[in-house]
Amino acid sequence: MTALAIRNGHLIDPAAGVDTAKDILLKDGRVAEIAGPGKLKHAEGAEVIDAAGLTVAPGLIDIHVHLREPGQGYKETIATGTAAAAAGGFTAVAAMPNTTPVNDSPEITRWMQSPERGAQVRVFPIGAATRGSKGETLNDFAALKAAGAVAVSDDGQPILKDGVMRESLAAAARVGLAVIQHAEDTRMAQGASMNLGPASFRLGLRGMPPEAESSLVERDIRLVSELRDAHPHLHVAHASTAAAVAAVRQARRNGLRVTCEVAPHHFLLTEEHVGLYNTHAKMNPPLRSAADRDAMIEGILDGVVDAIATDHAPHAPHEKEVEFEHAPNGITGLETALGLCLRWLHKEWRLPLGRVLSLLSAQPAALLNLKGRGTLAVGSYADVVIFDPKAEWVYRVAETKSKARNTLFDGWTMQGKVRWTICEGRVAYTNPA
Amino acid sequence: MNPQPRRRTFNTPAPPASPFPYHPGSLLSILDLSVDGVSRLLARATELEKQDPLKRNRILAKRRIALLFYESSTRTRTSFELAAKALGADTTLVSNLSSSIEKGESLKDTGLTLRALGAEAIILRHNSSGAPWLLEQSARLPVLNAGDGMHEHPTQALLDLRTILAHLRPGVRALGADTLAGVTVTIVGDILHSRVARSNMLMLPRLGARVVLCGPKELLPETATQSATGTLPRRQGPAAGGVEIERDFEEAMRESQAIMMLRIQAERLAGLQLDLEEYKAGYQLTGQRLAAHAPKAIVMHPGPIIRGMEITAGVADGVQSTILEQVTNGVAIRMAVVERALTAGVPSDRSPSPGWKEGGRA
Repeated sequence: MTALAIRNGHLIDPAAGVDTAKDILLKDGRVAEIAGPGKLKHAEGAEVIDAAGLTVAPGLIDIHVHLREPGQGYKETIATGTAAAAAGGFTAVAAMPNTTPVNDSPEITRWMQSPERGAQVRVFPIGAATRGSKGETLNDFAALKAAGAVAVSDDGQPILKDGVMRESLAAAARVGLAVIQHAEDTRMAQGASMNLGPASFRLGLRGMPPEAESSLVERDIRLVSELRDAHPHLHVAHASTAAAVAAVRQARRNGLRVTCEVAPHHFLLTEEHVGLYNTHAKMNPPLRSAADRDAMIEGILDGVVDAIATDHAPHAPHEKEVEFEHAPNGITGLETALGLCLRWLHKEWRLPLGRVLSLLSAQPAALLNLKGRGTLAVGSYADVVIFDPKAEWVYRVAETKSKARNTLFDGWTMQGKVRWTICEGRVAYTNPA
Repeated sequence: MNPQPRRRTFNTPAPPASPFPYHPGSLLSILDLSVDGVSRLLARATELEKQDPLKRNRILAKRRIALLFYESSTRTRTSFELAAKALGADTTLVSNLSSSIEKGESLKDTGLTLRALGAEAIILRHNSSGAPWLLEQSARLPVLNAGDGMHEHPTQALLDLRTILAHLRPGVRALGADTLAGVTVTIVGDILHSRVARSNMLMLPRLGARVVLCGPKELLPETATQSATGTLPRRQGPAAGGVEIERDFEEAMRESQAIMMLRIQAERLAGLQLDLEEYKAGYQLTGQRLAAHAPKAIVMHPGPIIRGMEITAGVADGVQSTILEQVTNGVAIRMAVVERALTAGVPSDRSPSPGWKEGGRA
């Protein structure tokens, strides 16, 4: 298929300031033409998608996912993870490097992007900041970038040493990449399997103090400030505490390039959702207090949060069917992100639809400098999500495209049903009403 | 840096209701029992204790009960075993050191194996908090929590209650929300790592008792009292009494009718450095302290006791001590709990998948 005309839809393209009825022509993987309803001039011969009553928007971009390949294909593969992404309306995902082996080389970075992986949407690898993500020796960021890496991170582990983090920020700035920090001072979190507080005491579980996150964010911001002249970009992964978001807010006021993302589970759920040792509620950072959760909502509404990212972390079912303290961290998120954002951020907390979509496409694209993505301006990539914004539906994990089942959102009501996901002009997912 | 002040309150998804316990015979948490339920168990314990042993052992004749122990135990294991055998049940002990657990078999698979072998109930002692919930969900059998990590030890709370009642409320039959009104029970020492403390502080206030927690900050965080008043799935009614912290041991003693001493759980300190001499100076129960500040209180201890550490030998062996009485009460209580496990009726509906059915409020 070389040409696809999307007719009768309502186009929302926050980056271009568009929020009106438009027809779109996609040709050769790019946006070729945008015109008023019925006014496309070059659509003859194009296949037609009737988007009447539907919203047409830039394909969603998740800058924090774990696709588990290479090495952990029993949890997820690039093919299954990106199939789940397409079902969730995502057309691009940035894959964290905590694979087996760790993606700390151009070879693995290229391997992940090979057509043989069977990706359904665009995969942007994130390279490991340090050799083996051990936090000691810096990788060759220029080589990683040349191979396709869009950022560097040791996600899953923090870059703990001051000197190594300083070097990472400086070296990444030289090649124009962001350093994505998993902010957890592991020295304060030994043996922890949930947030430190009344709930962890009650459940007899060792807790991770909120300061384990915020103190490292504050340390990193100090380093960015010291390196100000080199213009480093620090991106705080999966912010979960009020203090961390407050630190990012302050850093931005001080003119520093510090950005952050929040995962849906951190703006929706609290440590009370651990219930009686539900291992699907075990993640890192952990579900926090209600005050922290409210601070995530505030941060999203007031704009300090730059992106919604799912931290999609698939695990094999048997790995979660163990004692809470032995269960691996993580929850899946690609199929539920849009439905939860529309249900809660938009419908419940009144964030305008354009801003919700911006947090899921335009802003993450800008954050990782993904040229031609996160917008549907003429000439950009033909990455499109078409969804019914009014449709309510119930998420059933039994129907997931992912290999994993570790979600807390099974049976939850979602808002906004994805009808088509189009990646670079190719229909990656379709579910017509 | 201080968090931003909250400007709004948000309507947010509520935590789901707990599906536990799946089986009405299970005793996972002391909160699985209503006050009436506690009352019935204690009454039944007394009946069973008085019964002719030759009649009693027909109650669960040849029924199969597995004791699954991932941690060492003297009192709990032996008294559960004696209790089950006193009712005529066949018991088998599986311990982590002499079973396929050593080869890496999971708790779920161990539970399914015991079920396939004909076990009708499993008594579980485990070093991980929450393990009984996992076992109940996967083995689909009544599970009795014989101590899980730092979390709960419900039968210990029941035998402690029997001991307290015998001394402070002799003759009381039915329990209610004010049975222990006016009674202060002080729990002293390593509260942080203690499942005995957690079960007791969840149960005693529901009978009207005031629970005072006493210990140094490292072993007794301020969150302990918030957690007692927090919401828990299936919480059985509001607590009439309260839970408070008093760091001055002698002050706490003066207000107490019962003093429950706890061992410092060296195996769970996880790198925490304690000055033991300082600890003893502040919190050791000595004969002198007892005579000066609580000459009438009963002195309890769930065991094992470390003589000369949290308690002196003289106090442990003294007239105010109920330590061995507690052990004896364990057999009666566990007879009632084991009987309930196998006679409590049919399990409620189970979800087809091992995962919880979660639901948003939406």
